[in-house]
Amino acid sequence: MTIKQLSIFIENKGGTLIEVLDLLSKANIQIIASTIADTKDYGIYRVLCSQAAQAYLILKEAGINVQLSDVFALSIDDQPGRAADAVSRISDAGVSILYLYSFLWKSKGVLVFRTDESEKAKEAIMLNKMKFLTEEDFSV
Amino acid sequence: MDDKSPYIHPQYETMSREELEKLQLERLQATVEHCMNSSFYKKRFDENGLKPEDIKSLDDIRKIPFTTKQDLRDTYPFGMASVPLRECVRLHSSSGTTGNPTVILHTQKDIDEWANAVARCLWMVGLRPSDVFQNSSGYGMFTGGLGFQYGAERLGALTVPAAAGNSLRQIKFIKDFGTTAIHAVPSYVTRLYEVMQSEGVDPRKDTKLKVLAIGAEPHSEEQRKRIENMLGVKAYNSFGMSEMCGPGVGFECQEQNGLHFWEDYYIVEIVNPDTLEPVPDGEIGELVLTTLNREAMPLLRYRTRDLTRVLGRTCPCGRNHIRLDRMRGRSDDMMVLRGVNIFPIQIEKILMQFKELASNYLITLTTDEDNDNMTVEVELEELFTDDFQRLLSLEKDIKRRLKDEILLTPHVKLVPKGTLPVSEGKAVRVIDKRKVYQ
Repeated sequence: MTIKQLSIFIENKGGTLIEVLDLLSKANIQIIASTIADTKDYGIYRVLCSQAAQAYLILKEAGINVQLSDVFALSIDDQPGRAADAVSRISDAGVSILYLYSFLWKSKGVLVFRTDESEKAKEAIMLNKMKFLTEEDFSV
Repeated sequence: MDDKSPYIHPQYETMSREELEKLQLERLQATVEHCMNSSFYKKRFDENGLKPEDIKSLDDIRKIPFTTKQDLRDTYPFGMASVPLRECVRLHSSSGTTGNPTVILHTQKDIDEWANAVARCLWMVGLRPSDVFQNSSGYGMFTGGLGFQYGAERLGALTVPAAAGNSLRQIKFIKDFGTTAIHAVPSYVTRLYEVMQSEGVDPRKDTKLKVLAIGAEPHSEEQRKRIENMLGVKAYNSFGMSEMCGPGVGFECQEQNGLHFWEDYYIVEIVNPDTLEPVPDGEIGELVLTTLNREAMPLLRYRTRDLTRVLGRTCPCGRNHIRLDRMRGRSDDMMVLRGVNIFPIQIEKILMQFKELASNYLITLTTDEDNDNMTVEVELEELFTDDFQRLLSLEKDIKRRLKDEILLTPHVKLVPKGTLPVSEGKAVRVIDKRKVYQ
């Protein structure tokens, strides 16, 4: 039910992001969505992409601090209130969200989130019959 | 004591070079003789085929082997004493974070002479019995506490052992007691000023301050000027080290052109730290001190590891005691930050306990505004989480553990693995960008 996301630790200074993007581009990896969360000193660059496992190995080999994280990707209608609805169902099940981001994919909204309470989240998704995306949906 | 005299001990302070050297030789010979009561020095002299009678002139001091901090550690706790322990009345000790602590013993006479030396320094910068002296320095084992306490009392000033910290209370004391002089580390003076500002206290109008004694942490001329401008008073540089009692070893006179080191108490040598040969006046080298007036634990040719140079041997103030430049650095890797001595190995020891971290690290010392700060950059071994909270709590954890070890809270900066410079052979661990060393 979860998909693999790259989490990349980068220094908050010029040139560090391009190094990562170059490596992905050379390996012909397609980025579906990405987001950076940062502090004064460093950031975590989170990337959903095609062939996440392969991308992970490439970055790891290049000496980049990278982790493969399991995240949920809910598919929602691109309408006002849908995100609130989805998040409240997850939240009502007692799941705390570590981080969340969203993007549009084939005219649908995608809500990506990560939690430590995966089992509870899976249960909530199934009970509420929420739609979710798998890695196959992103293979290009 | 004549309050109008610029000297508290005119007979010593105004000695000519010849008189000083004559006194030094007498005291050196007596000290060496007395050192033969110490098992350490007796052995060291025997091993080198040296006898007290071999010291016939001041130049003969160079026949005596150097004493190092390691010697103090190796003889821990009492192996260096030249008197029986029952004659000692005080013990000061370093924290011993990098090995055995160092112990310094004092007899009652040592304490008295130490007080005299500090009183001389304070009198020199204008303190008189009518003054109120607030000692905002750490007490306990830190010699800047009791050292200045006894010295200011000896001089006759009303002495307030305010100790460090609690700035609001410090400022209340300054106002209520009519404090005229303060001793503190420079960064704490800056802190006091900041709190005064936020409390709406104008040091020029609302206090009677006239003199500051600052020391125990390196500071530049520029920092001193800024401190003087903040409080509207003169700030005088103080040099001391626990091995030489504590404060009272060297102090600036009102000329503010170098620190007078009291040559009736110490023989000052400046040597090249590599060859250990003397360097000419004006050239930077390592300060080596021999105590001339100590009973419990005289030290011969003690390598202080502090780097400085001779500025002159005369002064318009009328004192011919040698003038040395402010300390310019260290000949070992010890850092002095806000009065605390820190070795990189202490930091390394803590960092290595975190399995999340790689082994490379970099310590950078900077002066921001007027505060000296330490930043420790550490490489993340693995990205073990992509949760910010956990990275932040790792940072916090590292900070807390470092603080327990070095008593200061450094900035901790996580960096990706492989980003810190790795030099051939020995890695560069410390970069000191503080103004004093520029």
